[in-house]
Formats: sequence, C-alpha cells, structure tokens
Amino acid sequence: MSEKIFIAQGELTAVLERLSKEMDVWVPVEMGDEKWGIRFLPYHRDTVVVLNRQSTLGPKNVLFPQVETLLSFRYQKDDDDPSKQHIDLKDRQDISPALVFGARPCDVRGFLTFDQVFLNGRYKDPYYEQRREKTLFATLLCDTEDSACFCSSVGSGPGDREGSDLWIIPVDEGFVVEALNEKGRKLIPVMGKQATPEQIEKARRIHEQVSAKHVGEDDLTRSARDFTGRFEDMDYWRDMVSKCISCGICTFVCPTCYCFNITDESRDLTGERLRSWDSCMFYHYTLEASGHNPRPEKFERYRNRVGHKFSYFPDTYNGMISCCGCGRCIRSCPVSIDIRRVVHHLKEAVDAEV
Amino acid sequence: MPKFESNPFRPELATIQDIIQETSNILTFRVVLNDEQKMREFSFQPGQVGQLSVFGVGESTFVINSPPTRKDYLQFSVMRTGEVTQRLHQMNIGDQIGVRAPLGNGFPVDKLKAHDILFIAGGIGMAPLRTLLLYMLDNRRDYGDITLIYGARSPEDLCYTYEFDEWRSGGVRLVLTVDREFPDWKERVGFVPTVLTEEAPSSYKCMAVTCGPPIMIKFVLIGLKRLDFEDHQIITTLEKRMKCGIGICGRCNIGTKYVCVDGPVFSYEELRQMVPEL
Repeated sequence: MSEKIFIAQGELTAVLERLSKEMDVWVPVEMGDEKWGIRFLPYHRDTVVVLNRQSTLGPKNVLFPQVETLLSFRYQKDDDDPSKQHIDLKDRQDISPALVFGARPCDVRGFLTFDQVFLNGRYKDPYYEQRREKTLFATLLCDTEDSACFCSSVGSGPGDREGSDLWIIPVDEGFVVEALNEKGRKLIPVMGKQATPEQIEKARRIHEQVSAKHVGEDDLTRSARDFTGRFEDMDYWRDMVSKCISCGICTFVCPTCYCFNITDESRDLTGERLRSWDSCMFYHYTLEASGHNPRPEKFERYRNRVGHKFSYFPDTYNGMISCCGCGRCIRSCPVSIDIRRVVHHLKEAVDAEV
Repeated sequence: MPKFESNPFRPELATIQDIIQETSNILTFRVVLNDEQKMREFSFQPGQVGQLSVFGVGESTFVINSPPTRKDYLQFSVMRTGEVTQRLHQMNIGDQIGVRAPLGNGFPVDKLKAHDILFIAGGIGMAPLRTLLLYMLDNRRDYGDITLIYGARSPEDLCYTYEFDEWRSGGVRLVLTVDREFPDWKERVGFVPTVLTEEAPSSYKCMAVTCGPPIMIKFVLIGLKRLDFEDHQIITTLEKRMKCGIGICGRCNIGTKYVCVDGPVFSYEELRQMVPEL
C-alpha cells in the first residue's frame, strides 16, 4: 500500500496554491530585511518558500501566537440603574484549519513540550487545544545540520517523525511525500501524483542515511541528577552566564519555550485581555508587587531555564527533555552562550564528589 | 464562532456586595457571583485562592478568606500594593469584577483533625488563616485547643478586629502583639517570633500553621524547630507572582512545583525537598 506521492521542484508552488485554497498554509519565508531572517508566514501567491535552510524562527507562532486575545470585554450602562455599569464578556475564537509545510523535526518536536503543559496538565488550555486539533504538520526530513545543531543529543534526530502528519523527503529533482496518519492521508490526493518505485527507493535510502546520523556529540537526556548536584554551586552558574545580557532572545526563538504573560489593553469602554510571549530571562518576570524577587540575578534566571528543560521537566513528564536541540538559542545569542556546554559540565561536580 | 466548552481563563462576573476598611491600606471585599446557580454550587477548600479581575487593568491572586462553611459571599482582603489592588481600592459596592476560583490546593483539613492548632500570623498573613480558623470553629469538635498568635506593626494594622470576640467565644486563645508600645495598647509588645518563644507552646499533638512576611516566617520556623516541632507539623502558605493561576504560564515555579496549582499551602517537610529558591 503506497501512499507516497512526488512533487517536482517546479510544481511546488502549484501544490501550495491548491492546499491554500483549503486551509491556511504556513511556510518558511525569507524576509526582505536582514533583521528577521526566515520565519513562518501564511502562503500567498508571491511567497518565496525557503526549504534548504533551517528557519530563524520556528513555527511556534502557528499554535501559540506571539500575541493573542483571550477575552474581550465592554463596560455597558445598566439600563435599570444609570449609576451602574455591567460587563459584556466574550471568550470565543475562530480558528481555521492549517497546515505547517516545511518545518523540521526539531520545530515539530517543540510542540510535544507544549502538549504536555497545555493539554495534559491539571487544566486544559482551550485556545491551544483548538489550534492543535486543526493544524497538520508536513515535516521536512532534515539534511542541513550546522555546528549549533544537537537534536540527537536530546533524544530526537534529523529523521524524527514524531508529531508530524506528513513526511517530506527531498530528492534531487523534487520531494517524496508520505502520510504518517489518517489526518495526513486526507491531504495526499491534493498534493500530487503517485511517486515512481525509483523515487520511493531513492527517498527510502536518503531517509535511512539521514536517520542514521547522530547530530550533536553528547547525550544530554540524563542530566536531571547532575543539575540538582550543581544547583547551589553559585560559582558554576555565575561563570557560565557572566556574559549574559538578559536579552531573552534564547527564549524567543526556542520552540519549547512557552512562558507567557497576560495583560489587559483597553480604550474607552472596551478592551481585551491578551496573552503574549514572555521570558524567564527577564527580571520583571518573577518580580512581586511587594518588591520581592525570587530570581533577582541573571544566573538564577538562567539556572531556572536550564533546570526547567533538563531536570524539572523530565522529572515531571516521564523523562522527557523540554529541549529539541534545534540550536537556535546558540545561533541567536549575541554573546554566544552555549547551552550544550552548560549542561555538559553539570556532571563534573557530581562525579568529583563521588 | 465556536464557543469553548470550558475556559479556565474566563472569569465569572461578580458583584461587590460589601467593603470593609480593615487598615489604612487593606480593604476586605465581599463578593457574590452574578450567576446564582454557580454561586450556590460554588465549593472550595479553606486556603484555596481566587484571581480577581478588574477588566482593563488585570488580575491578581488573593486567598478566599471566608470559610466554605459560610457561603453567603466570597471574601477577599486586598492590600493596596500594585496596579490591580490600587484599582480595587477605588471600587464601590455594586461594582462589577471578575473571579476565577477556586484555584490552588488548600489546607489539609483532615490531616489537621484531632490536633491542637497553633496559628501564627503576621499582618495580611492573617487572611488565609482566617478561613481555616472559621472553618475549625464551624467544625469545633474535630479539633483540639486552638491558639492564635497574631502580630502587626501597630494596633491600627490588625485586620478582623471586629471578629475577635467571636473567635474568643469559639474557644480560640488569642495572643495579640504589635511591634512597639502604643498608648492604650494592653496586649503584648514585640515581634511575632519573640512572642512565640515566650509563649513556648507544646509541640505534642500540635500542628502549627503560619503565614506572614518572609522575614517573619524565617524566624518563626527557627522558633518552632526549637520547640521541637517536626517538619511535617509545620504548614505555611507561599506567595509568588502569578498570571494564569492554572500551572501553565511558568513564572511561579520553585523547581518542579508550581505555587499556583501545587500550593499555595505546603508543609515545611515539602518545602525542604524543594530547590532553595524562595
């Protein structure tokens, strides 16, 4: 039973065009200015899709918009008592079906962290849940690693298909696309013609080759105990992050960073309660109204970030690391702090004590 | 547009029924949910919290300081500190706010049964203890002797003074203290931890429940340990900056624990297992 289809390089635009008639199609796009690099935007006719490099910013905003409305409200005069107001409150959202086309395994893996927190905790986040249900991922096998990549160090890899609905393998003259589940299968007829046995064989070999690669040197999945052992070693943390300028870019570009802020914006008698991306690297993130701050120093904030990804999260969710190894925090960091190095060296103190 | 089946971010609309001036910067709000059925069916544990919304300004977290045994209204005491509390202080009876509640874990009322209870409160820290105290008075036979050591900077900074007689007649031994001498003040003078040491209550079959400013908690813990209280005999509540209140937004964590859903009530035994980042 072959459900593998082939999209020739020259047909890609037509395929995206067809798909975008049925749903919002998010693709990696090179922005004109240098500031943004490549990021995911809804496809339209003039879009130039970039599939041969990792995007600067992953598709995090598709399921978790940088700013979204949680509630809208309006103060209204009470007809029975003109000295009083009542409040009209709305919390609906309208989500259209969407496809993320051309994200990489690391990008998609980021949402597995989101799923644990937004769907499997004590409370469900209905905004995330609706988007998650209506969004498909056609993920690109990754054959473009660079020196900052370390997906295999965190239990993933360039051929990791977990969390994807369709799997795209680039071959010389186009792409072989395969459905990984029922949701993905429904899109196959829209996407192209049946692949030839030669194309399928070629794709199989590429998948095998790429999946066998180990991207990243260490195994960083067993660092929880080492982190606990290092927790109170202030010299270690101060030394590791002395360069940090608390800019927060590591959290902004991170596919697994989900922390958010909630703020009200209002004008006259109407307004909205908004959710927006926040960052644990910021002083104000934990600052209390009393003036007390449990993480006033940058080394404490960075330590919490490392702890959350490599210790607290796996302790809470069956060993799952909340880092996808995409390397964006390393690439984007203006002072080149390397999280691999920070996690790698956690171990030594514990070993030394034994 | 599709409606959510349930949305933990959506507050219930509520009306301010009464406002009590406790101190120069603390007001107590008595609030009723506008949806009568939801108000009737509202249930919670002593110590659980709620997020109060001023639409257009934001939300803040406060303990529900009325007990679940008294359900005519939900009561919150608000110290004027930041933006939301400032606006709450400007509100009047009849004004509309939002309430997301109950959130958090509450006091282990069953574990406290058949014990003597030692409450130790400082300032606004009396609010979470009030709900438990009244709950115990309403279930008086389940609990042994109840002592409350309650301190504030000055006599004017004590909350719920109008209820002290009710507490006393319910069998609470009330030890009041203020930081320094004041004219006409006939009760104790001195910081709460000092008064605790002077009182020297027995730890035998006793559970201590404490809430107050961090510096008070720190020295109260030392005092309780000197009186041979075991870690599991000490219960406290923590405060952190919160936004979502439902364990998602990230900021109130101490290691793996989120104060908004795993707390705010913790035993000292639990606190000692956490990373030292209070």
